[in-house]
Amino acid sequence: MKHIKTLQTRNLKESMKKGGCGECQTSCQSACKTSCTVGNQSCENR
Amino acid sequence: MNSSYVQKENVVALKGKVVKMIHQFKNNGYFIVMDVNSGSIHIVDELVYDILPLYEKMAKEKHEGEKILAEEIMPALCEEEPQRYEADSPDLKEKINEALEDIHELIEEEQLFTEDIYENYLVDVSKRQTVVKALCLHIAHDCNLSCQYCFAGEGEYHGERDLMSYEVGKQALDFLVANSGNRRNLEVDFFGGEPLLNFPVVKKLVEYGRSLEEAHQKKFRFTLTTNGVALNDEIMEFANREMANVVLSIDGRKQVHDRMRPFPNGSGSYDLILPKFRRFAESRKQTNYYVRGTFTHHNLDFSKDVLHLADLGFQQISVEPVVAPPTEDYAIQKEDLPMLMKEYDDLAAELVRRKKKGEGFQFFHFMIDLEGGPCVAKRLSGCGSGTEYLAVTPWGDLYPCHQFVGQEDFLIGNVFDGIKNTDLQDEFKRCNVYSKEECKHCFAKFYCSGGCAANSYNFHGNITDPYEIGCELQKKRVECAIMIKAAMADVYTC
Repeated sequence: MKHIKTLQTRNLKESMKKGGCGECQTSCQSACKTSCTVGNQSCENR
Repeated sequence: MNSSYVQKENVVALKGKVVKMIHQFKNNGYFIVMDVNSGSIHIVDELVYDILPLYEKMAKEKHEGEKILAEEIMPALCEEEPQRYEADSPDLKEKINEALEDIHELIEEEQLFTEDIYENYLVDVSKRQTVVKALCLHIAHDCNLSCQYCFAGEGEYHGERDLMSYEVGKQALDFLVANSGNRRNLEVDFFGGEPLLNFPVVKKLVEYGRSLEEAHQKKFRFTLTTNGVALNDEIMEFANREMANVVLSIDGRKQVHDRMRPFPNGSGSYDLILPKFRRFAESRKQTNYYVRGTFTHHNLDFSKDVLHLADLGFQQISVEPVVAPPTEDYAIQKEDLPMLMKEYDDLAAELVRRKKKGEGFQFFHFMIDLEGGPCVAKRLSGCGSGTEYLAVTPWGDLYPCHQFVGQEDFLIGNVFDGIKNTDLQDEFKRCNVYSKEECKHCFAKFYCSGGCAANSYNFHGNITDPYEIGCELQKKRVECAIMIKAAMADVYTC
């Protein structure tokens, strides 16, 4: 493509198929304790 | 550096239901388009950036699958942006055609203008049996500092000073194992007050937790949050062996830190803790820790505090906005937002410069895992407070999270009898992006998962109305984080 470059991202629709296992970290335990930040976490089931 | 704050929100509504959403913004010279529902992120040139809102408007008047032509876009574009586009420009039509080809390709690949298909899916996910996987152990409701902004009321959480006994802590770990179902990874944070005031119990509880792992096929991830006052070599050695992460509280520059984090006698704590924290971070090889600060109305130029910590050699840094009633003199006010937005932009640009020179550091709120991030179920269902995550008081009471401790309406059970207030737990279980009207239409919903329930409660008296200042800051941080990814992927600036 000449006008658009796309970053590599996880396909959210695809993640419905195998998602929801819950093994990932609890967001508040990592550092924040006062704000909810989820996007920075990694999936533990890939 | 371009620190201008420009954003456009494009939501397509059909029959009153939001189905498609893109979000476009400019940051640090990049033109960025997020296709919210697929999670795709595109770095575009200015022409595509200008075409997309027009395209979207026209698409609403077209039949399904009908394409928009350059002849339709061109006059609208020239009218909308006369400074940049002239109808008699020889190659404009050709360029628009190229841009439209790119746009159509992304639509066909389901990476642009994709539909929101998750609401019903999330209802199914919410119906699943939840298990407890993380506890915040309030090992000490006591503190050796008198931090001005402490939501724990100098460690006491609006109650009595108290230390958790080994017996209560042991029962908490048993409760966690018994209620964790098939979940293997369990998290336990030693929190306070100041947990090192009860360090012997911390040590014994870690030992007890380890003794449970093999028999129950569990793996404990212990973490410790400390102000550093009582930190010593023995504790560091223990933590390096047993703690998956440590959070070290320091606000940044000496004058900033000492103003908000004094000892009870008023003197500052910076000089005592800094050398210990530097040594601790080095002993952990600059990984698996955060120096964690809070910024307030008194240091709106908080990027200087972040860079101060980076210049001291810390590589894992988190500095976050204080959450306080607006009546406090240190509370962040709406009027502070423009300056804070610029601070985030400037910090992000500086971080890119440093990373490109090989001198980067991690800033927690700019970290984003685009390729390996959480599944959509996790992204939409929130932090897990009240369901997967609970806080335990020194005497064993359970609350939905550490920020609710001491508010009796939120007492949810105790480690001896388990969850007693199932209505309250159900309320937290239902609390997700789609239960919050404002979040449904927000581009950041897949990154913040609907925000912090405690913040909502503190500002609105319920757990579903988002805390507006927090939302604005969160959205800016998401944009900055994505810009950094674009910059480090070496995508062209437009």
